[in-house]
Amino acid sequence: MTTQVSPHRAATRRWVLLGAATLGWVAAYALNEVTWTWLYGTVLGLDITTGWPSMLHFFSYDTVKITLLLTGIIFIVTVLRSFMSIERTRALLGGRREGVGNVLAASLGVVTPFCSCSAVPAFIGFVSAGVPLGVTMSFLIASPLVNEVAIALLLGLFGIGPTLLYVCAGLVIAIVAGMVIGRLRLEGQVEPFVYETRLRGQVVDSTAGLSWDDRLAMGREEVASILRRIWPYLLVGIGLGAVIHGWAPADFFARYAGPDNPFAVLVAVAIGVPLYSNAAGILPLVDALYAKGMPMGTLLAFMMATVALSLPEMILLRRVLKPRLIATFAGVTAVGIVAVGYLFNAIL
Amino acid sequence: MHVKILGSGCANCVNLEKATRQAVEELGLDATFEKVTDYADIAAYGIMRTPGLVVDEKVVLSGRVPTAGQVRDLLAAR
Repeated sequence: MTTQVSPHRAATRRWVLLGAATLGWVAAYALNEVTWTWLYGTVLGLDITTGWPSMLHFFSYDTVKITLLLTGIIFIVTVLRSFMSIERTRALLGGRREGVGNVLAASLGVVTPFCSCSAVPAFIGFVSAGVPLGVTMSFLIASPLVNEVAIALLLGLFGIGPTLLYVCAGLVIAIVAGMVIGRLRLEGQVEPFVYETRLRGQVVDSTAGLSWDDRLAMGREEVASILRRIWPYLLVGIGLGAVIHGWAPADFFARYAGPDNPFAVLVAVAIGVPLYSNAAGILPLVDALYAKGMPMGTLLAFMMATVALSLPEMILLRRVLKPRLIATFAGVTAVGIVAVGYLFNAIL
Repeated sequence: MHVKILGSGCANCVNLEKATRQAVEELGLDATFEKVTDYADIAAYGIMRTPGLVVDEKVVLSGRVPTAGQVRDLLAAR
């Protein structure tokens, strides 16, 4: 049982706590680099500009920075998303025509709270409610491609420009790929039981009637749950990034995978598709490779291929999609990513 | 009371079942538990985000893992 606190006092306490947490976050972010420089350079007397001390310094600094960024942005995004739900998204998409529907589906894929572990029930829920196949696919492609972890890290590591570019490119890929799938008339490539599914009982909106305390608690839980899930990828990514940062010669990647190599984007996507990781593991690597002269288009294509297409998700989707539709979905998405990679390399 | 835990066996479903069992125990209720892992069955309840909690054929929660206290409130409010 909770003790009796007046609602007004409770609200004041909640916002004061949130303000204190924000201040703590800003302070930690601002003091991160100087603290590690002081610890390794002044206290331990290491030369942090070369060799393994430079890698150690980079690893410590990057781990704290990325953890802070993830914590802050996942929290904000989860609280904002608690005002949106997949049930509302489906209601918005029901009966939409192709085109408008694809644009809406891709945009909603970015803002709707969703995890790829729910891809199958969401797919059945959409299709059985009459959302067209191509529109549903736009949603399913945009959702993992433009996700909060990727946005958080891009924003922190590369700034607002590349982040916006990434979000727009991800949306365009999801919209076009969904429209292509819609045009190919692949409805017969969906497992028949999906169309036979009849909904019983009323649909519950999972986010109805939440208080501010509930929403903030959801934010905290989501941060903890995502960090628990991605920390191994994060450490491996930052570790590899630190090795590249400390050891690889400055123009190593520029020489072999730079703007002059016409196959670089293709190779990057071919490596990225089977690689199963998430944005948290890939972006520290992307950051280090970018510093060593690899072009942004190639790197973004690599990252998109890694997060948008993964074997575990395809195996999951096999429950509702026949192999030809899965192959089409993967193929169309991969072609879109390659095109975006070349486009960015050309214009940036 | 018949409780169904809907989900394809990810960590969320295990946590949901744990919270629900604890809530049932705290309320001293007599409940049977069933796991629903088949996607067609899950979708038929109208659930699009796992895990889902169904009590006596009525969906009471979906898309998030509640604390035992929240499940207790949901069950007590029925």
